[in-house]
Amino acid sequence: MTQTIPMTSAAIGGMGHSMKRKEDPRFLQGKGNYVEDVNLPGMLWMDIVRSPYAHAKIVSIDASKALAIPGVLAVITGKDLEAYNLHWMPTLMSDTQMVLPVDKVMYQAQEVAAVIATDRYIAADGAAVVDVEYEELPVVVDPFKALLPDAPVLRTDKPGKTDNHIFHWEAGDAAVTDKAFADADVVVKQDIYIPRIHVASIETCGCVASFEKTEGKLTVWMTTQAPHAIRTVFALVAGHVGLSEEKIRIISPDIGGGFGGKVPVYPGYVIAVAASVLIGKPVKWIEDRMENLQADSFARDYHTTAELAATKDGKLTALRFKTLADHGYADAAANPSKFPAGLYHICTGSYDLQAAHVEVDGAYTNKPPGGVAYRCSFRVTEAVHTIERMVDIMAHQIGMDPAALRMKNFIEKDQFPYKSVLGWEYDSGDYHAALQKAMDIIGYDDLRREQLEKRARGEFMGIGISSFTEIVGAGPSKDFDILGIKMFDSAEIRVHPTGKAIARFGTKSQGQGHETTYAQIVAQELGIPMAHVQVEEGDTDTAPYGLGTYASRSTPTSGAAAAMAARKIRDKARKIAAYVMEVAEEDLEWEPGKFTVKGNPEAFKTIQEIAFAAYTNHPQGMEAGLEATHYYDPPNLTFPFGSYICVVDIDAGTGQVHVRRFVAVDDCGNIINPMIVDGQIHGGLSMGLAPSLYEEISYDEAGNCLGGSFIDYLVPTAVETPNWETDKTITPSPHHPFGAKGVGESATVGAPPAIANAVVDALWHLGVRHIDIPMTPSKVWKVLRDHGVTG
Amino acid sequence: MIPASFEYVVAHSLDETVGLLAKHGSDAKILSGGMSLIPAMKLRLAQPAFIIDVNGVSGLAYIREEHGELRIGAMTRESALERSSLVKHGYPILFETARVIADPLVRNRATIGGNLAHADPANDHPATMLALGATIVAHGPNGDRLIPIDEFFPSFFASALEPDEILTEIRIPAPGVRNGGAYIKFERKVGDYAIAAVAVNLTLDAHDTCIAARIGLTNVTDVPARATRAEAFLVGRRITDQAIADASRLAAHESDPKSDLRGSAEYKRDLVRVLAGRAIGRAVSRARGGSH
Repeated sequence: MTQTIPMTSAAIGGMGHSMKRKEDPRFLQGKGNYVEDVNLPGMLWMDIVRSPYAHAKIVSIDASKALAIPGVLAVITGKDLEAYNLHWMPTLMSDTQMVLPVDKVMYQAQEVAAVIATDRYIAADGAAVVDVEYEELPVVVDPFKALLPDAPVLRTDKPGKTDNHIFHWEAGDAAVTDKAFADADVVVKQDIYIPRIHVASIETCGCVASFEKTEGKLTVWMTTQAPHAIRTVFALVAGHVGLSEEKIRIISPDIGGGFGGKVPVYPGYVIAVAASVLIGKPVKWIEDRMENLQADSFARDYHTTAELAATKDGKLTALRFKTLADHGYADAAANPSKFPAGLYHICTGSYDLQAAHVEVDGAYTNKPPGGVAYRCSFRVTEAVHTIERMVDIMAHQIGMDPAALRMKNFIEKDQFPYKSVLGWEYDSGDYHAALQKAMDIIGYDDLRREQLEKRARGEFMGIGISSFTEIVGAGPSKDFDILGIKMFDSAEIRVHPTGKAIARFGTKSQGQGHETTYAQIVAQELGIPMAHVQVEEGDTDTAPYGLGTYASRSTPTSGAAAAMAARKIRDKARKIAAYVMEVAEEDLEWEPGKFTVKGNPEAFKTIQEIAFAAYTNHPQGMEAGLEATHYYDPPNLTFPFGSYICVVDIDAGTGQVHVRRFVAVDDCGNIINPMIVDGQIHGGLSMGLAPSLYEEISYDEAGNCLGGSFIDYLVPTAVETPNWETDKTITPSPHHPFGAKGVGESATVGAPPAIANAVVDALWHLGVRHIDIPMTPSKVWKVLRDHGVTG
Repeated sequence: MIPASFEYVVAHSLDETVGLLAKHGSDAKILSGGMSLIPAMKLRLAQPAFIIDVNGVSGLAYIREEHGELRIGAMTRESALERSSLVKHGYPILFETARVIADPLVRNRATIGGNLAHADPANDHPATMLALGATIVAHGPNGDRLIPIDEFFPSFFASALEPDEILTEIRIPAPGVRNGGAYIKFERKVGDYAIAAVAVNLTLDAHDTCIAARIGLTNVTDVPARATRAEAFLVGRRITDQAIADASRLAAHESDPKSDLRGSAEYKRDLVRVLAGRAIGRAVSRARGGSH
């Protein structure tokens, strides 16, 4: 297990080099190839008629006016799909959701019918005149009310279903936890709501489905983070209408942001495929922004009652979370199948807690189905937010500095690998070092002094800490699968005769920079310059099978697979080098790029020479060529961590929270490309700031979506984003082939509680104990006025 | 987000524009920057049958002082106002208004005439023009007509323009001695409409007594409106912290905000108080000769 990575030359550009991103020239010059850029001869357009109601019976659908418009070829309804038994489809969580409704709609903006036309504008004109008669039904918006005995049962499609309860899941020992709480000196309890948000990637979802009748082959260019899994799902779901897996090709071209929102199969994809199969022409469907925000899978929406117990001198002893998850009308979460609440039981966080019990119940409501993991590894954000808020509340409650309380309770460096009370084995960490570094950078003690001075003057300044532990890289096949498919991932490397290589992966970059980082891994392992390693992903006809990119899993899985495949190639290269140089394999020493005869630095063969020999002069009895494939089954998850400190100033007049400083110290083990990691942290912090202060999708009592456009769904811009101050510690993963951990989501997960803690820290002396995110000006103003501050 | 079909005409002169307006009446809409019209069209909230593009009409984009007034052509882009040294140094309230409208991309297209003619109480220029006591020049079949800004916003989302008139110019009285103005907007994020904003323009005498005051409010009334009681309170009064606080409270009372996702009516009304206090304070500071 490599802990220290040798530094290659800049020409090779292996791990640790801040190589410029290979994909950027095409992105920066507008030469990317996104789904919207795919235009095929004879292609038709699809537009979708959506429900204005959150819950309504469909009395009738009259498409005659739409069909009368020249250029409108078809209007597809649920009844049309029902004829092929395609009107419902399974979700990843073994629930079902409608493709198109036959009887009733279950949320506002649900798909009701699809108009297929020769032109995008004609399709929209057609959709505008499809007459749907609805009969409104009682709407269930509040998940707590959904579980009351008199609540209308939403899933009347499920025989025998008498309530809106989806699942109950729990982890930990309830009795041990109860006893720890009973014995505790101090217990703090808080209701915490983590609101429904949306990933709002720049590119919305869409596809071009093209069914070639003569060959019976379906090709779908699709905005998906997991093309291989999608292919298999299509084969399983539509096998009965003749779609066979070898005849299905999913191409995920350049993707303009995924963040978990492009993991699910949305009805629009399926309708477009059905339309193409029925009509025999390519069909394009691209969501607009409002459809994307209102209908696609949401994230979060966890209502938690959290309790934390401690001794009076601040030793944390027990944790209890009871959570209600609002899933909308279907459980369309994108978790590994055995985890209905994802990896929520990472919620003991960075602390050495000896008792914990966590329960989650899922409820149906009249909202879009979900929830996906918004740049997060399956509910880790919810877990981290709740524990970090509770730790801060405890610190304030017992009058201890929040940093000191954390330091006192962190898992110690020498306790790793650390088995948590809820069953995870944390691979490595040094939590004290990360927090201390963040405190040193920000000048923690000075800030506390300044805060006291400001408070004396009636000004509101707060300091918030978040010391998070992530759990990423799903995952070991023992526990992790999606619909039975194990969550390995893959790499296939072929070295060409001139010593250049192509590498293909089962993952799919959506902006993460895989074309660069994977090339650097191969460069590190083989010494082939990263500039000459061509990386390809996303085409199921060419790439090896894999479960895709989400939950910070690409480096822990496919990245590991790249190293393992490269090492297989190196093993063969050693044999070839020994043969060519007529020495024993054991007499050769490897350094990135060449094998040298021990004790004779003049005698060596470069990887390029060896590659040529693999095709021109390979040993008798050995297969020609130099290539390898590896399907990597990770032995464990990786546990990146970090400590963030945020300083806020609050305008008592307007209620505005101003983030004055934000220091982020991250540890993701060994780093492939420092510049890309910095970029990931910057982006993640901005996406952590977003739900903390701005983003929320809420609903009124009639189930109308409030936040269904960028007027009200407030994605922060560069203006709102503070100057991020980033730094790092490096604690390699002991089980990963090159000691790396995932990093793409750490900041999204870690940032919100730092901001929330800072705001509450600024107001604690007024009697404020908690404010739910997003901490909007109007919300903070209300808190201030309720506590007698007039501004 | 696909508009209904429409006919598109490029006008090359004011007379041609007025002729087209006379011909198509309320079926026609003028396209200048398009930054309000196009979003409404793509959502099919507006479905005009005729779009008259006036970007080809020359001579409507200028910023100049003449006859004791600042005269701004209706097709002047917000970004031009933002970059104008004359506006920045001579009319800081207008500079402050232009630079907080939407975002830089929108401001490169959006025009001051469109902002006013749209008569949206959430737009930023109406409050500032009310505070500045501007005059609107409308061009119609019978030539130019001058409309005082106080008469320009008769009802909800309506302007005083006749269907066959086009807004061509905005005239703002040049500031006298010890005059100062300020526009303070509070928004949820850049690009959003104001939760509330307050425009203040006032004049002090040598003893710091307020001798003229106009206060405009953004997005807290059904139509762009002034806080006349607050104005009346200030006029004839020596400016003190207490006077500013009292006037701000009056302005808040005069606002009539609605609860929405930007905040409750109660919040917005209090925000008017806070912003009015800050805007009056800044205007006073400028009137006294401070740059800030």
